[in-house]
Amino acid sequence: MALQSLDIKQRSATTTPSTQVRQTVEIAKLIDVSACIGCKACQVACSEWNDIRDEVGNCHGVYDNPMDLSAKSWTVMRFTEVEQNNKLEWLIRKDGCMHCADPGCLKACPSPGAIIQYSNGIVDFHQENCIGCGYCVTGCPFNVPRISKEDSKAYKCSLCSDRVAVNQAPACAKACPTGAIQFGAKEDMKDYAAKRVADLKERGYDQAGLYDPQGVGGTHVMYVLHHADKPDLYAGLPANPSVSPLVSLWKGAAKPLATLALAGVALGSLFHYVTKGPNEVSKEIEDEIEKEDAK
Amino acid sequence: MIRDPKDLKRYNASERANHWVVGISFILLTLSGLAFFHPAFFPLTQLFGGPVWARILHPFIGVLMAVSFLVLFFRFKHLNKMTPADKEWLSRAKEMMNGDDHNMPEQGKYNGGQKAMFWGSALCMLLMTVSGILIWRAYFGFDITLVRLGAVVHAAIGAVMIALIMVHVYAAIWVKGTIRAMWYGTVTRAWAKQHHRAWYRQVTGK
Repeated sequence: MALQSLDIKQRSATTTPSTQVRQTVEIAKLIDVSACIGCKACQVACSEWNDIRDEVGNCHGVYDNPMDLSAKSWTVMRFTEVEQNNKLEWLIRKDGCMHCADPGCLKACPSPGAIIQYSNGIVDFHQENCIGCGYCVTGCPFNVPRISKEDSKAYKCSLCSDRVAVNQAPACAKACPTGAIQFGAKEDMKDYAAKRVADLKERGYDQAGLYDPQGVGGTHVMYVLHHADKPDLYAGLPANPSVSPLVSLWKGAAKPLATLALAGVALGSLFHYVTKGPNEVSKEIEDEIEKEDAK
Repeated sequence: MIRDPKDLKRYNASERANHWVVGISFILLTLSGLAFFHPAFFPLTQLFGGPVWARILHPFIGVLMAVSFLVLFFRFKHLNKMTPADKEWLSRAKEMMNGDDHNMPEQGKYNGGQKAMFWGSALCMLLMTVSGILIWRAYFGFDITLVRLGAVVHAAIGAVMIALIMVHVYAAIWVKGTIRAMWYGTVTRAWAKQHHRAWYRQVTGK
C-alpha cells in the first residue's frame, strides 16, 4: 500500500534517489517506560486498527502475552523483574519496530520497493513487493521483522503510516490510558522527553534518559528509560545498536566491487580472445597425425 | 556419434550428463542469485516466473547442484591430484595465456590450471552449500550472527565462483576442439597430443 500522501525518502534495492523536493517534519513515537502500567491496551489497539488477530496462545507463567513478536503481533509488552538500588523493579517495555533513521532491514532488502522509508521517518514494509527471503531479519539490529508462515511475507509495526498520513496518531498512542505513548514531531518528543527525564531525576533516578540510539542514526520510536545507562535491563534492549558490520560489508562495498570484478573477467576474456586469438591445434601436430594414418 | 573412429574418448555419457546437470543448475543459480545480489540484476527474476518464485526455487536448485557436484567431485578427484609437472605448468601459465604453449611441460588428462579450477570450484561449492543452508530461512533458523556471516560468505564466494566458471567456460571456448568433449565425449588425437600429451601417450600407447 504505497501512500501517495507521504513522501518517500529511501526505497529498498533502488540505486537512484527517491523524492527529495519536499522537506517533511520528522515524527516520532515516544514511549515513556516509567509511565507504562503494562495494560496492553496498545497491543489490542494495534491488533484492532491493523485488523490482525494472532492465535490465542497459552499462559507461560509470565505476564508477556504473546511471548514474542510475530507476523500478527507487531508490538508486545516485555516484562522484566530486576533489582536496582536494593529494590525490586518491574520494568515494562513496549517492543516493536524502532523506525531507524538508518534502517538495516531496508539496507539488506533485495526487492525494489518492498521496504520504504518515508521522509517523516516511518519505515514501512510493502508486502506486495516482499519476496520472503528474510534478509530484513538479517539486517535488523533489534530483531523485529517476522516472516509469516502463511504467506512468507515479512511483517512489522508500520507506525500506523496510514493513520499518520491523515494526521492521526498511531493506534497504540491513541489507546494508551496513561499517556506513556506520545506521538508528534521528533523535536517536540525530545522536548517532552527532557521534561520527563528531569522529573525522573528529581525522583532519584539519576541515570534516567532518552533512548534515541545514534548507531542507527537515531530512531523514530524513542524510549524514556529510568536506567538509560543500562538499556539491557529492559528485556535486552541493545545499548549501542548499529547495523552489523557483516551486513554493511554484504550490502555495501561487496555489491559494486564484485559486480565490477565479474564484468572485468567477462570483458577480460573477450579481449584476450580478440588480442591473442584462439588456441588452435598446430598444423605441425595435425600433419604428424596424418602421417601416422598414412602409414 | 563418432566423427572419426580414431578420435579419443574423453568422457562417457554418464560423466557428460553429470557435468550438464551441474552446468545447468549453475547457470540458473547465477541468474537468480545475481538478482538478489544487486538491484541492477533484479529483473533476472522474471526468468523464473517472478521474484517470489526465484526466491523459492534458488535454494532447491542449489541442492541439486550440490548433490550433482558431489558426484562429479568423486568421479574426477583421482584425476586431479597436483603433481610437480602441474606446479611447473602453473608457474608458467603466463606463457600459455600469451598463446605460446610450445614449451609448456607435458600434461596428463588435466593440466595444472584445470586442476586448480577443480579444487577451487570444490572449495567454493562447499562454502556455498554451508552458507546457503545458513541463510535458507524457509526451512532453517540459525543464530543471527551465523546467518549474517552466511550472507556475506554466500555473496562473496558466489562472486568468486561465477568468476571461476567464466574462466572455465572461456578456456573451453579459447582452446579450439574442446567443447565437443562436453557434447559427445570425444576429442581428436591432434588435440590430445597438443594439449595433454602425457594423456595422449597413455591412451594411444605412443
